[in-house]
Amino acid sequence: MSIVALARDAGDGPGAPMPRTGADPGTALVDAVEVRLTGVDALADPRDAACAMLAVADDVLVDWAAFRGDTPTQATREGFRLLALHRQGAQDLPSFNACRETCREIVYHFNLLRPADPGDALPAEDAARTRVMMGLLVRHLALFVGGKMRSARVGEFCCASRPIRQDD
Amino acid sequence: MDTDDRKQRYRKVAYYPGCALEGTGHAYNRSTKAVGKALGLELDEVPNWNCCGAMEVKNVDPKVQTYLSSRVMSIAANEMHADVVMAPCNGCYHNLKKAEYDLAHDAASRETVGAIAAKAGHAPYEAGQVETIHALDWIMHGVGEDELRKRVSNSLRGLKIANYYGCMYTRPRHIFPEKDQGPGSDSTSKPHFMDDLLEAAGAVNVDFPLKTACCGGAHTLSDSDLSTKLVLNILRAAEAAGADVIATECPTCHSGLEMHQVRAEKVLGEKTTVKMLYFTQLLGIALGLSPRQVGVHENVSDGREALEARGIA
Repeated sequence: MSIVALARDAGDGPGAPMPRTGADPGTALVDAVEVRLTGVDALADPRDAACAMLAVADDVLVDWAAFRGDTPTQATREGFRLLALHRQGAQDLPSFNACRETCREIVYHFNLLRPADPGDALPAEDAARTRVMMGLLVRHLALFVGGKMRSARVGEFCCASRPIRQDD
Repeated sequence: MDTDDRKQRYRKVAYYPGCALEGTGHAYNRSTKAVGKALGLELDEVPNWNCCGAMEVKNVDPKVQTYLSSRVMSIAANEMHADVVMAPCNGCYHNLKKAEYDLAHDAASRETVGAIAAKAGHAPYEAGQVETIHALDWIMHGVGEDELRKRVSNSLRGLKIANYYGCMYTRPRHIFPEKDQGPGSDSTSKPHFMDDLLEAAGAVNVDFPLKTACCGGAHTLSDSDLSTKLVLNILRAAEAAGADVIATECPTCHSGLEMHQVRAEKVLGEKTTVKMLYFTQLLGIALGLSPRQVGVHENVSDGREALEARGIA
């Protein structure tokens, strides 16, 4: 199955294109996310980093929707496209819910790093720790989705797996 | 159900260890039994139990998996006359709950189970005959945090713990109707029973956002590299959160974390030092049992140093 390239504006941070290096869609996705997260490391302001990491997470699920032949939703849930994309990605695929809390934690960490009220900004040390954790969450999402892509041809691997003889 | 009624109901339960607890998860089996004994809870093992169907059978024919899980519940209900089956393995727990749900809601499942049970010569399980619980429910509701706190003789002394529940303890939500029921019930989005019990034993729980994330357990054989990366990410997150130890409540997750920690260092050159211990091992030690009595020596990840550093063992 071909990789569905993301048509995004070039440049660092949010909106940067998802570079493609791997041999299969799942590996390519994971590799691309690593490159993008390395770029995020260069951002000094944790608020900017939060936006960039959320954009990477969005793009992971955009890729997943495209991989499944769906048009990635532009809708938001609770103010976040990521949550709407997750809901779309989990349709007819219960095992995809294994990354639901990962998505919600990404949103939670984003909110910690970019509070609605700037007066609620985290102290520098906490912000640094939160930023690291958000990066790990985004990487986990990419690994999970990449694994789903890689296993697509051999059948489900999760707890809520699809029976291989469902069409019998 | 009234708290005291439930406490009484969980005093003695039918015990379904499942395959993993006789193999790689033997330390979980040993420590579950030891903690139960220390707390005055009784386990009566289901005789002649069989595989729950795990993931393999489910992939081929989910209704056969439903039958396999239902057979365990049928023995508990119809031969042992038990009210409660306790399964410490997340996979077994999940499958028994799923079978319960299917038999309550799906006529085709009931028909298949009835047909196979008749052929096998035993009474089919009927939804509602027994209640399936996890080891966390057993200790939380059979003893409770307050009582546990009173019984702690060797506090975990601020040991920093990342509680890892894995993916099957809470998913899919609809097969766990007792969860998300407010105070006294566990949460499917942010489970906390293990956190609560270990805190009562003196531990400090760190904020660990990957507590229900996928460990790649079922991927281990088909795509080991991916499993290793998923586990490495979990281990890194635990370390970033400041954890000394990852507490586990699933033998598949536990083995996966242990094996892929070693593999990550060997294959990827990525070394992590956080240790894995079953929550029952930690509770047992807090209750005054020796590390050997709860099988710490059987773990691949040697948690003794982390315990000794805190003066716990």
